[in-house]
Amino acid sequence: MQTTGKSATAKPLFEGADWTFDLVNKAYDACAEVGLEELGLDIYPNVIEVITSEQMLDAYASIGLPRMYRHWSFGKQFVRDEMQYRKGARALAYELVINSDPCINYIMEENSMTMHTLVLAHAAMGHNHFFKNNYLFQEWTRADAILDYLDFAKAYVTRCEEKHGVAAVEQVLDAAHALMNQGISRYPGANKHVSLAKERERALARHLYEEQSFNDLWRTVPKQQSAVADGEDAEKPKAQANLPEDNLLYFLEKTAPKLADWERELLRIVRNLATYFYPQRQTKVMNEGCATWTHFYIMNRLYDKGLLTEGSMLEFLHSHSSVTMQPAWNDRRFSGMNPYALGFAIMRDIERMASEPTEEDKEWCPDVAGCGDPVGALKRVWSEFRDDSFILQYMSPKVMRDFRFFGIHDESQHPHVFVSSIHDERGYRRVRRALSQQYCVSGSDPDLQIIDADLQGARRLVVQHKVRNGVLLDRANCERTLYHLARLWGYRVKLIEVDDETGKILKEHENLRMP
Amino acid sequence: MQIVDRRLNPKSKSLGNRQRFLRRAKAEIKEAVQEAVKTRKVADIASGENVRISSKSLREPTFSLDSKSGSRDFVLPGNSDFVVGDAIPKPPPGGGRGSKGSKDGSGEDDFVFSLTREEFLDIFFEDLRLPNLVKAKLKNVKSKELTRAGFSSSGPPSKLNHVRTMRNSLARRIALHRPSLKTLEELEAEISAAEAETPPDEERLAELRARHKHVVYLRKTVAYLDPLDLKFNRHERRPKPSTQAVMFCLMDVSASMTERLKDLAKRFFMLLNIFLQRHYREVHVVFIRHTNVAAEVDEETFFTGRETGGTVISTALVEMQRVINERYPVSDWNIYAAQASDGHNFSDDMEECLDILQQNLLSQCQYFAYIEVGSSDDGPYPPSEVWEGYEELVGVYPNFAMRRVSEPGDIYPVFRNLFSEEKAPA
Repeated sequence: MQTTGKSATAKPLFEGADWTFDLVNKAYDACAEVGLEELGLDIYPNVIEVITSEQMLDAYASIGLPRMYRHWSFGKQFVRDEMQYRKGARALAYELVINSDPCINYIMEENSMTMHTLVLAHAAMGHNHFFKNNYLFQEWTRADAILDYLDFAKAYVTRCEEKHGVAAVEQVLDAAHALMNQGISRYPGANKHVSLAKERERALARHLYEEQSFNDLWRTVPKQQSAVADGEDAEKPKAQANLPEDNLLYFLEKTAPKLADWERELLRIVRNLATYFYPQRQTKVMNEGCATWTHFYIMNRLYDKGLLTEGSMLEFLHSHSSVTMQPAWNDRRFSGMNPYALGFAIMRDIERMASEPTEEDKEWCPDVAGCGDPVGALKRVWSEFRDDSFILQYMSPKVMRDFRFFGIHDESQHPHVFVSSIHDERGYRRVRRALSQQYCVSGSDPDLQIIDADLQGARRLVVQHKVRNGVLLDRANCERTLYHLARLWGYRVKLIEVDDETGKILKEHENLRMP
Repeated sequence: MQIVDRRLNPKSKSLGNRQRFLRRAKAEIKEAVQEAVKTRKVADIASGENVRISSKSLREPTFSLDSKSGSRDFVLPGNSDFVVGDAIPKPPPGGGRGSKGSKDGSGEDDFVFSLTREEFLDIFFEDLRLPNLVKAKLKNVKSKELTRAGFSSSGPPSKLNHVRTMRNSLARRIALHRPSLKTLEELEAEISAAEAETPPDEERLAELRARHKHVVYLRKTVAYLDPLDLKFNRHERRPKPSTQAVMFCLMDVSASMTERLKDLAKRFFMLLNIFLQRHYREVHVVFIRHTNVAAEVDEETFFTGRETGGTVISTALVEMQRVINERYPVSDWNIYAAQASDGHNFSDDMEECLDILQQNLLSQCQYFAYIEVGSSDDGPYPPSEVWEGYEELVGVYPNFAMRRVSEPGDIYPVFRNLFSEEKAPA
């Protein structure tokens, strides 16, 4: 950073806390100058929307997406957030940004001009660059299609509600939401990108096909006879060819015998949304780290150029340091790792290693240590990693020392937990591996697969949970979710928990669909 | 880059979601609302309040891992003095904040949120309605009210509508080509300029003078303001639906009415009050307490003041009659009355009570409810004098009802029972 040089000669962008559209425009241009020209960020065009705090709560409630379809769970989320907000138990985020093209940034009207500048640097530059460049977002989401798709989904759900009743739609959506985390095809290439026109066409085609292929005569054919005539194995392999399947929603959409075409379409909508959010779940630390590092850089540059007053700079530093604060495990405020803190610390560390590496860095992160191009190194990291691989690759011993990390091993039967490693020479690798594992989404979600679906006889669906380290499913939740699964499948559903290593069956759950 | 101001977008986009949520949790919310009536101070009932519901029907289950089985490794920040091998006791299950940060774990089954006053009352008074509403409407046609009814071309000067009048005048002047004052003045200036010339252009001067004469003539014949232009505000007398109600609270305050019994009565009165407020623009409340004499008092005295003496209910009814005659003409007011007592009365007073009720009050009231409060410890108590006396009114007068209440929890059911929809004649 060429920090010194021509100091505060320029006139500050703004003086007081009050903001106007004109000032926001100027601040954006100043941020863009640093972000695009100095850092060379590559972003989607930005749309900045000014909203009130109530609208922010609205946006929160619909998982951050505007134009979300209607569902009671969003109402529940809203009253919960509102309650906490009113009680002062939690503040609203300063911004909300949507991975879309153009990238939509929400800023709240009650914030000061300094905060608006910070938000522009953070979201409109940082997050935006990350969305456009990270490989996960590239592969799993289509930024230019999501807003159209949401419009389609919302209209579709509304039409279904009009046609089939709110209650019927709600039942399907409830069930689909319960299985949302099992609605993602985790292997690359498995997801075809969604586009509005194609989706609509497909929904219509599905409907037409059902209507055309409907033949009332089939009703008159005695059922028993046909079952016998076809023989038992005729259809079985067809359904089983695609098994095992880990995308439960996909399987149900394609195979569940009793669903109507609109119900299948609703499953598809939920599945597509789950897919859209999948990259976000995997890049919390990186996404926030990238945005925080970017705003820190831009704000400092603006200050160096004399575009920010000392007062704004202090206001910014205050909020920046509260956002990147990591309370210790025994602190009252501790509620898990703060992704802003961890992400920012590692990004800053990469910057340090690139320009002033120590011997230790050369050993631990040889590819960035001393490369002399911190921004280039960071941009590569932002585009090619996700949380778990990022931590595994770039969390240096210095960061672990700064956070004073220690590893815990927890055996459920034991009344104590044990410290398995601390931030010392012997512990670095183990701590790093454990933390990386903690951020691995496929590690924290249960591993569920459909292993058998009997389409002829009892029509039983069998789901298998591969139990790792003896961690079973939460029983009450499992049975309730199983109920939803059974409702979609239409027949008996069985869930077997099998130990991943020994193959021993640990537990079985079963749910019979109530007629 | 583009900035969009969304602040003026329609608010509460999530209203649809909220309604779906409330409908979903309806059973629980209803329960909670009823619970609230039992425990809450009466005055707070309608304030629209925090409701705690168990989120049984609001569960959103997913397949999740059980934190109490198997083994796991995780990393925490802020090590101060641990070394490898140290054992840390686990926090007691459920209590405290687990170090594993399961943020929704414990509180999931209880869900607190606030209803707006409207929502609260909607649920509170769901499927309740005012009895005899139809009759009330017919009755109220008697009172009339002046309302605006457009404009007319005649009327007293005090009702002249200036805007309309001037608008007409302007239109007429334009249509008839009335020369404006400005035209006249310009013409005059031109003439005097022409006169000042040497030598004066006589021909032009003559033409100008002729035009001047014509303009003056036109201005004289086309009036600035013509009677034709006048417009007056018009008013009409229209029958006015009565939007006001008066509620009489009658209570026995003799020594036999304990604080507890008074509290029961108070709850009932408050409920009735809130209920009426939802239906009428204006609700007056008249408090009449009685021992062997009756007096109209303010609310404070009504509920807290002490008085000793015998019990003569008819005195209260007479007092009520007096207040009605004095201040609340039946044609303008919907009259509701609620009487609370522990059932004691001088036995020879009953006849007079019935007399007053049958002769006057019951035909004037929309509704007359008698609540007999008693403690449940007394066991199944025998019918009191008042109860027995009033019994003969039940059925004869559809706007008369009586109930017994012994527990705060009974109030709401009794109230619902009195006003539930199927009971009220359509």
